[in-house]
Amino acid sequence: MSATGIGASVRRKEDFRFVTGRGQYTADIARPGQAHLYFVRSTHAHAKILRIHAGHASRMPGVIAVLTGEDFAAGKLGSLVCGWLIHSKDGTPMKMAPHPALPVDRVRHVGEPVVAVIAERADQARDAAEAISIDYEELPSVVDPAKAQAPDAPQIHEVAPNNTIYQWQLGDPAATEAAFARAASVTAIDLVNNRLIPNAMETRAAVAEYEPGTEQFTLWNTSQNPHVARLVLSAFVGIAPEHRLRVIAPDVGGGFGSKIFIYPEELVALWAAKTVRRPVKWTSERSEAFVADAHGRDHVTRAELAFDAEGKILGLKVKTIANLGAFMSTFSSSVPTYLYATLLSGQYDIPAIFCEVDAVYTNTVPVDAYRGAGRPEATFVVERLMEVSARRLGVDPAELRRKNFVKNFPHQTPVIMNYDAGDYAASLDKALALADYAGFPQRKREAAGRGKLRGIGLSAYIEACGIAPSQAVGSLGAGVGLWESAEVRVNPTGTVEVLTGSHSHGQGHETTFAQLVSHRLGIPIDNIAVVHGDTDKVQFGMGTYGSRSGAVGMSAISKALDKVETKAKKVAAHLMEASEADIVFEDGKFTVAGTDKAVTFGEVALNAYIAHKFSGAELEPGLKEGAFYDPVNFTFPAGCHVCEVEIDPETGRTDVVNFTAVDDFGNVINPMIVEGQVHGGIVQGIGQALMEACVYDESGQLVTGSYNDYRMPRAGDFPPLVVDTTVTPCPSNPLGIKGCGEAGAIAAPAAVMNAVTDALGTEDIAMPATPLAVWTVLQRQAHREAAE
Amino acid sequence: MPAVSMTVNGTPVTADIDPRTLLVQFLREHLRLTGTHVGCDTSQCGACVVHVNGEAVKSCAMLAVQADGAEVLTIEGVAQGDTLHPMQEAFRDNHGLQCGFCTPGMIMTALDMVRRLGPVLDDHTIREELEGNLCRCTGYHNIVKSIAAGARAMAADDTPRRAAAE
Ligand code: FES
Ligand code: FES
Repeated sequence: MSATGIGASVRRKEDFRFVTGRGQYTADIARPGQAHLYFVRSTHAHAKILRIHAGHASRMPGVIAVLTGEDFAAGKLGSLVCGWLIHSKDGTPMKMAPHPALPVDRVRHVGEPVVAVIAERADQARDAAEAISIDYEELPSVVDPAKAQAPDAPQIHEVAPNNTIYQWQLGDPAATEAAFARAASVTAIDLVNNRLIPNAMETRAAVAEYEPGTEQFTLWNTSQNPHVARLVLSAFVGIAPEHRLRVIAPDVGGGFGSKIFIYPEELVALWAAKTVRRPVKWTSERSEAFVADAHGRDHVTRAELAFDAEGKILGLKVKTIANLGAFMSTFSSSVPTYLYATLLSGQYDIPAIFCEVDAVYTNTVPVDAYRGAGRPEATFVVERLMEVSARRLGVDPAELRRKNFVKNFPHQTPVIMNYDAGDYAASLDKALALADYAGFPQRKREAAGRGKLRGIGLSAYIEACGIAPSQAVGSLGAGVGLWESAEVRVNPTGTVEVLTGSHSHGQGHETTFAQLVSHRLGIPIDNIAVVHGDTDKVQFGMGTYGSRSGAVGMSAISKALDKVETKAKKVAAHLMEASEADIVFEDGKFTVAGTDKAVTFGEVALNAYIAHKFSGAELEPGLKEGAFYDPVNFTFPAGCHVCEVEIDPETGRTDVVNFTAVDDFGNVINPMIVEGQVHGGIVQGIGQALMEACVYDESGQLVTGSYNDYRMPRAGDFPPLVVDTTVTPCPSNPLGIKGCGEAGAIAAPAAVMNAVTDALGTEDIAMPATPLAVWTVLQRQAHREAAE
Repeated sequence: MPAVSMTVNGTPVTADIDPRTLLVQFLREHLRLTGTHVGCDTSQCGACVVHVNGEAVKSCAMLAVQADGAEVLTIEGVAQGDTLHPMQEAFRDNHGLQCGFCTPGMIMTALDMVRRLGPVLDDHTIREELEGNLCRCTGYHNIVKSIAAGARAMAADDTPRRAAAE
């Protein structure tokens, strides 16, 4: 292993600019002559728009334009769309309601943008927006997914009777019923997977520019996938043809899914830039982000797990209602279906599974993929069931899991997935050892002596990453292919540019992708630049989400590097007057096998361009190759997380006292970066379990709409995390990589809740287990005991 | 429009501004020092932390006119040319940042922590001191490690620095 190659914890190349304040985020961009955009947003969950009073505002200082849904409709632009078509079990397609960027006559959630104000300065736009009043006729609203389908629930969209978007199912109902009929025992639980607000620290922003001379649009945008944004804005919305729209996602301050989607605000910015013939800038305030960025999770689930008399799992039945909010966001339909139910087999050999999912509209912010997207929800179902079952059966939760692990690979689950490799016992064993699982009873006694309730919980999760084989997802309804592209450009001086369709918003691609190239070409990492996030530079790409950029993005680079190497060998053969078949490339040197003839990579690069040693008839000059890589399978990162908590019965406060994660991500390019991804994911997962409550009141107001009420995880909430790995290389891609970005957020909630319920001695507590929720449970227990 | 004058990263600046202008807006929009970030509108995230007369403040919670006559240090003034400050170096060495958005505020807060509490900072102290700084990427683990290492490195470092960045 070289100091900068695969497997080395190389310091990140991007960090110099970030630690010196020289990052370039969208909000940092100022275009000459730019105007500022501010939105008037709906204050109602559901209401008819009767009249917009904007006359006074439009005459206020600096105001350039006030644009409403009517103006937008006159522009004849298309609706925002959800790009994954799900069919209900009766064969009917999902009920996708139109989603105009600005509504004409009705608002459907608090925070929906209604009027766009463009002014010279940001404060003028804001002042004018505050001077606009809107007459509404309030309509009844529904926010709870469990109530959305009730016959008397308010109807949110005409196209979706009973607010039902689809009623979907996966698995074999008959086989599952038969399994349950044979069961010696069944564990049944009701779960709520709490709604979360993503809260990337950089809020969303857009700067849009229109050049009337060339009819060219440019959009700087906080995007995880600028090419997909361009495709949707062109093909579906029709703001500009694809070749006249350039989307640039510069440095992006975290995404976690929320910056995948195509939102109304950037679309309005583009349209406004053309309307007012000025560059238009929009920067979301944090309080807007709470009601404008797609939320995550929000499932209500009933799940049952059937066992035989020996504790082997026979079958699993799951019924989920998924809240998709007021409109179908870009990939929302796929999250509670193919990203969820396909993972319900967990790490276990489950012969029969049947899952039903109803997706519903409510008067809430749209819900879409958030770190883990469907897989945390699946893991929560499976791992809560395992823990509760072990307690019910009186067996060690670790042993019940071990008994049911999938042990032979490849393994076909009853829910589509074909696990290619793994060693679940290895990660379990290592995690138990690192967490000193055996010593827990002792620690529990010691804590009890201090008046504290101590609990331990496991989560043996699996996820499907490397998203995804295009043909497979196409057959499941995806509107796009999920390959990735790469181009490797070798310059005459031997330096290299790597163009990738992946996008980095914290993942460190500029470093890890360069490590791969350094490893393969034997050149210093400083001689490699990674280019991403600009549709004018990179031809196409699918972007970064779903822990796909290592497994898919780097595989594309690897494939392009194969082609570069092949071409370079031809050049080397001409240089050394040898046969191409005899050229060996190693450590940045081309040699002729069995001789001491050698040329460096730099010499080959130069000669590829000066082209003096071969004729045009023999070889094309230049050294630049591109590749598209379409995965042959998903990848299956898996592992075991162990959480230990201590609860103070006086206050209800839960402290995570130990957290241990052992993950199998396959081969690892940069262990330092991978550990960082795991840390971040775990803290988001613990945040979901213990802190982050997204609360709507009955009237559809978001009660937790600021950092005063939405409890973000802080440094003081956590102990140092213990993070380690096991390795079974992924056989499905050339680098053996599985993906690491979401593991923590997927595994942690179940581990934490298993620990909390262990400490409390009751399963009857929902996420987030805030001090109040825990204290309430303890009070209930005390009352019950007193009554007995 | 009132005029404000202050010294920012060692350079005197004067401007006529709207009295409502926040210090963070003055830095970002008037001076184009965009390393200081805005992550919230309730003074809770700490992305905007700068030093005013040597002390850490949230520049979103202060009017520019309140900094009239002050010495202001932003993240852009912490390194000496291309030589990173030991705290910046520590963040890079310990992978104390991912997307980098919270990082300027974290580093400015860390420098203030060392100024007040000295170079030996334990895990618990650092975590408590980060009460006013949010990060959504790192899970804080490596930020805490970076600050402890940076504080130690500052004690061993004898490079002369601009007063507020010591
Ligand atoms: S922007 Fe100042 S604390 Fe958040
Ligand atoms: S590194 Fe992204 S918010 Fe801290």
